[in-house]
Amino acid sequence: MAERTGVVVFPGTNCEHDVAQALALVGAEPVLLWHGEATVRGVDAVVLPGGFAHGDYLRPGAIARFSPVMEAVAAFAASGGPVVGICNGFQVLTEAGLLPGALQKNRALRFMCRPVDLVVASDRSPLTAGVPVGTRLRIPVNNFDGSYVCEDRVLDELRAEERVVLRYVENPNGSVDDIAGICNAQRNVVGLMPHPERASDELIGSADGLVLLRALLSARVA
Amino acid sequence: MAVVEGEVEPLHRALGLTDGEYGDIVDILGRTPNHLELALFGVMWSEHCSYKSSRIHLRRLPTEGPGVLVGPGENAGVIDAGDGIAVAIRIESHNHPSAIEPHQGAATGVGGILRDIFTMGGRPLALMDPLSFGPLDDPRQRWLLEGVVSGISSYGNAVGVPTVGGELTFDPCYEQNPLVNVLCMGALPVERLVLGAASGPGNLVVLLGSSTGRDGIGGVSVLASAGFDGAEGTDVDRSKRPSVQVGDPYEEKRLIEACLELLDARLVVGIQDLGGAGLACATSETAARGRVGMEVDLSAVPRREVGMQPWELMTSESQERMLAIVTPGDWPAVAAVCERWEVRASVIGRVTEPDVEDGRPVARLRIREHPGGPVLADVPAGALADEGPRYDRPMARPADFERRLGEGPERLDPPADCGADLLALLLDPSWVYRQYDHQLFLNTVEGPGGDAALLRLAGPGLPPSRRGVAITTDGNPRWCAVDPRAGTAMLVAEAVANLACVGATAAAIVNCCNFGNPEHPVVMWQLSEAIDGMAEACRGLGLPVIGGNVSLYNESGGADILPTPVIGALGLVETLAHRPPGMAWEEGSTILLVGPVGPHPSPALGGSRWAVECRGERAGRLPALDLEAHRRVVGFVAGLVAAEVGCGAGLVGAVHDVSGGGLGVALAEMAIAGHTGARVGGIESHLELFAETPSRFVVATGRPDELAAWAREAGLEATVLGTAGGAELVVDGLVGLSVDRLAGRWLDALPGALGEPG
Repeated sequence: MAERTGVVVFPGTNCEHDVAQALALVGAEPVLLWHGEATVRGVDAVVLPGGFAHGDYLRPGAIARFSPVMEAVAAFAASGGPVVGICNGFQVLTEAGLLPGALQKNRALRFMCRPVDLVVASDRSPLTAGVPVGTRLRIPVNNFDGSYVCEDRVLDELRAEERVVLRYVENPNGSVDDIAGICNAQRNVVGLMPHPERASDELIGSADGLVLLRALLSARVA
Repeated sequence: MAVVEGEVEPLHRALGLTDGEYGDIVDILGRTPNHLELALFGVMWSEHCSYKSSRIHLRRLPTEGPGVLVGPGENAGVIDAGDGIAVAIRIESHNHPSAIEPHQGAATGVGGILRDIFTMGGRPLALMDPLSFGPLDDPRQRWLLEGVVSGISSYGNAVGVPTVGGELTFDPCYEQNPLVNVLCMGALPVERLVLGAASGPGNLVVLLGSSTGRDGIGGVSVLASAGFDGAEGTDVDRSKRPSVQVGDPYEEKRLIEACLELLDARLVVGIQDLGGAGLACATSETAARGRVGMEVDLSAVPRREVGMQPWELMTSESQERMLAIVTPGDWPAVAAVCERWEVRASVIGRVTEPDVEDGRPVARLRIREHPGGPVLADVPAGALADEGPRYDRPMARPADFERRLGEGPERLDPPADCGADLLALLLDPSWVYRQYDHQLFLNTVEGPGGDAALLRLAGPGLPPSRRGVAITTDGNPRWCAVDPRAGTAMLVAEAVANLACVGATAAAIVNCCNFGNPEHPVVMWQLSEAIDGMAEACRGLGLPVIGGNVSLYNESGGADILPTPVIGALGLVETLAHRPPGMAWEEGSTILLVGPVGPHPSPALGGSRWAVECRGERAGRLPALDLEAHRRVVGFVAGLVAAEVGCGAGLVGAVHDVSGGGLGVALAEMAIAGHTGARVGGIESHLELFAETPSRFVVATGRPDELAAWAREAGLEATVLGTAGGAELVVDGLVGLSVDRLAGRWLDALPGALGEPG
């Protein structure tokens, strides 16, 4: 059980409290991890939350990958620990080379904050384990650079290995193959643009994100 | 007073000071001021900082109420929201910078208002942006709108504060002078409340945040306190662009976190943001409030440009800076917190004992190049901060005021097709708000697009609470042009009605008074009338005004904007456990109009959207507002909806207040929201369809008899208008339109005007 879940805070991160709150709702114990310390403090899982790490200077995630904590996150991932990057966290993971591809500006060249419908495309990831393929979830996106792109070779691999974890029902931003989330070849590192924590209570519009966070809580450390 | 008239403009005039004001400064100092001192007075006595034209009128506003912790005059108004939580709120304008450079102008407006909130110890939790532009068939207006929205989006999103609503107004009067107002709401544990005062001689004056550059010099005096000369169609006053500040939301985000951590750890004795007038304002205001002296060492101010003169350092409006007063013992801990957040912190001065002059203490601000060096400026802090000039400027009611009231649009021919006029009044603003993060902090229960935003009263570091907080902004140049007094009263009424739609009871209001040139007597009359209207409405509804901002000189080429006071209202919900009903009605619901008991006078359409936008008629009389009746209706609706959000009572299926565009637009918006038509009767004519008569709500319910009985008991009327259902909105004898057609026009209105696919 991924009870103690690290939530990485870079300067400019802004979703850390929201993610911690949503994790607590499903019974996890959130542990904030400061970017300047090269340790994940023995947690069972790591979440890189959304925001604008280091101001998104140069491009999103380009500076954050050099923060000391990322060495520890990479080592944790290499040892099989579950790592989830949400939005800016996904961008950081691609910049750090822990996930393939990149996130580029949305097709409309504008920031986009709205709920989108997602469909679970693979149940073989720490975020979707036990969630039947085809399950529909309504979860908000909130980004400027949310359009997933990768080389054809990578896309072929992602498809062949069923590493596309979540797809948009109606593609909002021009992502290749309607990709909203992917995992690495070892299937323990997941990145997604939608924010599950923003769908953590019917009071704020949807509780569908809890489905994903509960799966993360149950994830086994490999 | 000796002012040498020559070919060269005297320095004080170039700094925005009149000859009379110069004379006052000489009297205060007992000598001729030097350049630096004159520059300090120039910015601090500007209209923007001193409120010199409006202050005598603002005094007429009621400012006290049972829950008010901090009223006007501080960085933000604060009320006690219960459960140990205080809510801070403030509204400001950034009109002039946005006219010149829309992206940075709007972005730095956001940055400035955030600092006002966390200066008080509050974590900024929500923003709202009421915006006004000229019609979008002009490419310059499209450039302004896109730039302003991108500025708010890029700054607000990155700094991590959700933008939960706003307003979008179009009128030709804003073509050269758009209005960019921004409201911020924050919350804090009551015990963290701090005021921007210096104390404790010997304490350190610490400058936090960004380095100081030449950006924004003269922002308050050159930009905000003068009109634009530019004639229509020219690139307005491009030369003023260097007076616009440049924002960095990443710097601000770290500054917020560092300052809140310093306040939580009680490491500062006073804190003040640097906004308009920069260091001049922050040092003189903190010293004056604390009645202590202050020594400033300019050599310690980190700067981003070489060769900066003392007057430039003191008046620069470089963004993302704060001034903190720290005891010497706490300084190492303060420096450590700032280092962790990568926020620069520099000791730039010391708090000193006040001087004693004629047996009384005088807080003096002394500026030196370096410690022990020669004094470059030596002025009483209070003279800068509090003793600015007060003007009772001449006022004049427009000569045709009475005549125009009598020339109502009711006399115009009825429309050949009410449906076509109704379609023309529909506009979905989601193109704007989808560019704003409106969900951060997981508090947004009702976001942009509704009558008011409704948020959970929660946030990092706040005690737990089940309460909710609602905010809304309302401005209406059409109403206020017809009658600034009655129009402003209607705005206050509209704001509290909006709050009622999400179940909130109004607790306080703030205002942003956007007007033209105060040296024009008609403008001063408009301002004075608007303040009287606001005061009357607030007294009638039992509301305190806890803050405000005055933006004057909104003019270009000698033409003033229409009077545009904007009201921001804050409401509270006792228990927030369920989503409010919203506007979407369901098939089979009965549609009621809830309002005061009749007989109802024949509707007045002066200042209505139909008259102005469909007929180009701006004369006429506003509908009557009975504050006592309004208070009763609003209280009734707020109670009904509070029962929905508190315990899911299930009586109210949908609710929307009747305002701009009248009953017609209200019904159309509800049909669009619910993707469901309706058959409605009893609306006699286009006058009743489009009148913006206040104190009315459209309520859809499955239990109409029960709701009507409650209304009767409250001394109100609930008239059955019809039933929701089907694919068409039919208003008997007036309108028959498919919901698809209504929704299509509503969705396409803004993207279409911007030349984009919907």
